[in-house]
Amino acid sequence: MDCNGYRQENHDQNLFPKPKVLVLEPPPVFIYHEDILSQKFHFLKAWDSPLPLDQFLTTHAHSVQAILSHGSCPVTTNTIRLLPSLGLIVTTSAGLDQIDLQECRRRGVSVAYAGSLFSADVADIAVGLLIDALRKISAGNRYVTQGLWANSGDFSLGSKLGGRKVGIVGLGSIGLEVGKRLEPFGCNILYCSRNKKSSVSYPYYSNVCELAANCEVLIICCELNDQTRHVINKEVLLALGKKGLIINVGRGAIIDEQEMVRCLMQGEIAGAGLDVFENEPHVPSELISLDNVVLSPHRAVHTEETLMALVDLVIGNLEAFFSNKPLLSPVLLDE
Amino acid sequence: MNHQPTPQTGKEKNPNLKKISGITMESIGVLMTCPMHKYLEQQLETHFNLFRLWHCNSSITEFLKTHQGNTIRAVVGDTNIGADAELIASFPNLEIVASYSVGLDKIDLRKCEEKGIRVANTPDVLTDDVADLAIGLILGVLRRICASDEYVRIGKWKDADFGLATKFSGKSVGIVGLGRIGTAIAKRAEAFGCSISYFSRSQKPFANYKFYSNIIDLATSCQILIVACALTEETHHIIDREVIDALGPKGILINIGRGAHVDETELVSALLEGRLGGAGLDVYENEPEVPEELLGLGNVVLQPHVGSDTVETSDAMADLVISNLMAHFSNKPLLTPVI
Repeated sequence: MDCNGYRQENHDQNLFPKPKVLVLEPPPVFIYHEDILSQKFHFLKAWDSPLPLDQFLTTHAHSVQAILSHGSCPVTTNTIRLLPSLGLIVTTSAGLDQIDLQECRRRGVSVAYAGSLFSADVADIAVGLLIDALRKISAGNRYVTQGLWANSGDFSLGSKLGGRKVGIVGLGSIGLEVGKRLEPFGCNILYCSRNKKSSVSYPYYSNVCELAANCEVLIICCELNDQTRHVINKEVLLALGKKGLIINVGRGAIIDEQEMVRCLMQGEIAGAGLDVFENEPHVPSELISLDNVVLSPHRAVHTEETLMALVDLVIGNLEAFFSNKPLLSPVLLDE
Repeated sequence: MNHQPTPQTGKEKNPNLKKISGITMESIGVLMTCPMHKYLEQQLETHFNLFRLWHCNSSITEFLKTHQGNTIRAVVGDTNIGADAELIASFPNLEIVASYSVGLDKIDLRKCEEKGIRVANTPDVLTDDVADLAIGLILGVLRRICASDEYVRIGKWKDADFGLATKFSGKSVGIVGLGRIGTAIAKRAEAFGCSISYFSRSQKPFANYKFYSNIIDLATSCQILIVACALTEETHHIIDREVIDALGPKGILINIGRGAHVDETELVSALLEGRLGGAGLDVYENEPEVPEELLGLGNVVLQPHVGSDTVETSDAMADLVISNLMAHFSNKPLLTPVI
């Protein structure tokens, strides 16, 4: 930018300063697109300051109206109470358990989130992990790249996807997208969810164990909360059975990981496709040794297109807020 | 499809296959060209007088040194060794070639027709598996599933984020050959919100997809190009430099057809030079050889020709081969005739 351009921008800044947005911890989207976001907003970076959070907030962010948060960045009651002018929390996540929604409701603070922006990408990875695990695509790729095809002959047989009963755990936005994709593969879709969905014709099971007993594939698409923590336990895995596969695109802690590892090692289940783990980025070493497991480093939403769409959504929500227009993806706090 | 896996133990006759009473099939000489599937081999041995070409170094000449050519009345071939002119000429009593494949490129069909030799293959039973693999390859390449699996296995996740991949849902898919397999692929891709277009010998009146009469136009218009046609003289190297360049640096090529559909040298140089975005390959020009340059590439997924290699489908294909042979030798219509 030339001198004149800089002066003009500086001049504009004084007339129309960029709205201030508080960021407690850098959201993953900053790694790729902080520059685009910084063109529109002035970020107050709490993590960058030597001051403890409370002090930072009272000293530098007292008049702030908006927070940019992400999935693993807590926005606590305390933080909200230290910000009397707070009107909006935008999170880059679809999940909301990191935000004190009750306090937001009490204070009249709006919340905007990612909505169903990620659902297609997560569903795509779920299907990709399933096909890979059944058809041994990653293992077959290794077989070829290690020169074994030429030397050791034909690779071992995989298992057919068509005709399998697939149980979706959690039929929200992601679960529905998974079911939709698997139908033309000839899969029979079953599900378990907090409530039966009247709009779908898939057979419903009220508990995961019964679902597992009636299917050959379990796909975890639900959120992590008190009810779903370790809901996939030994009983469920044994019910799934020796021909069963488990695919997890939810959260690692939904599955009792130690138990799952044991079942895989002992052949109590046939395989797994995992995008999430209990203690990321740590992956149990036993899984590394298995050919019937596909491992993904929690990147179900990490596509260029979706990250760009997320940036647009964040900008759109913040701009709407600062110009008193309706939010693009508000969370309905009254429910 | 309600296929029950058939027994693979020992040499008992498969109760699923109709026993034709009064006809002794056990004396009929059947030549299996290579070891394709243990269960098929066992069934052939049980029902017929089985000869294994690979016991003679896969050489017809060597086979004929120790066997009478006129004993062979049927040949079971596959995608490696089928029934070429030399083989057909060597077995004057050959009546039927039953291929353990749907592809017919390794069979000299003209010669078979000339000599009144029947030909059967294994369509339909493998359609789902091959289509599933095509989608699996797309996701493996675009979403970098194989590369990130490797990343985790070698412990790199602890050090750094893996990086971004490319979204599949909603992308434009172009299919070369809208036969059974091409159609099955289209149906699956549609569920991902993809737009489907195709190139074929002729437009399919019942296909609700955009038809291109020119493969360059198809490649220009789509991001994911999938080869799903039969290998014939016309389709040899149908994916050449021009098509690859039309597909472009953001495009990916998926080949679940035959290696010879693609000019492999051009494919390799396009990938190395970044003129093509990525590739998912199940077949190669000279299997099991795979161009060395492809082995290290993160935007390439390589499979050892496993399109129909599931337990269920392999057994179903084997049953179909046996059923066709039994039908022929009891003067009944073939189940899946080609000629």
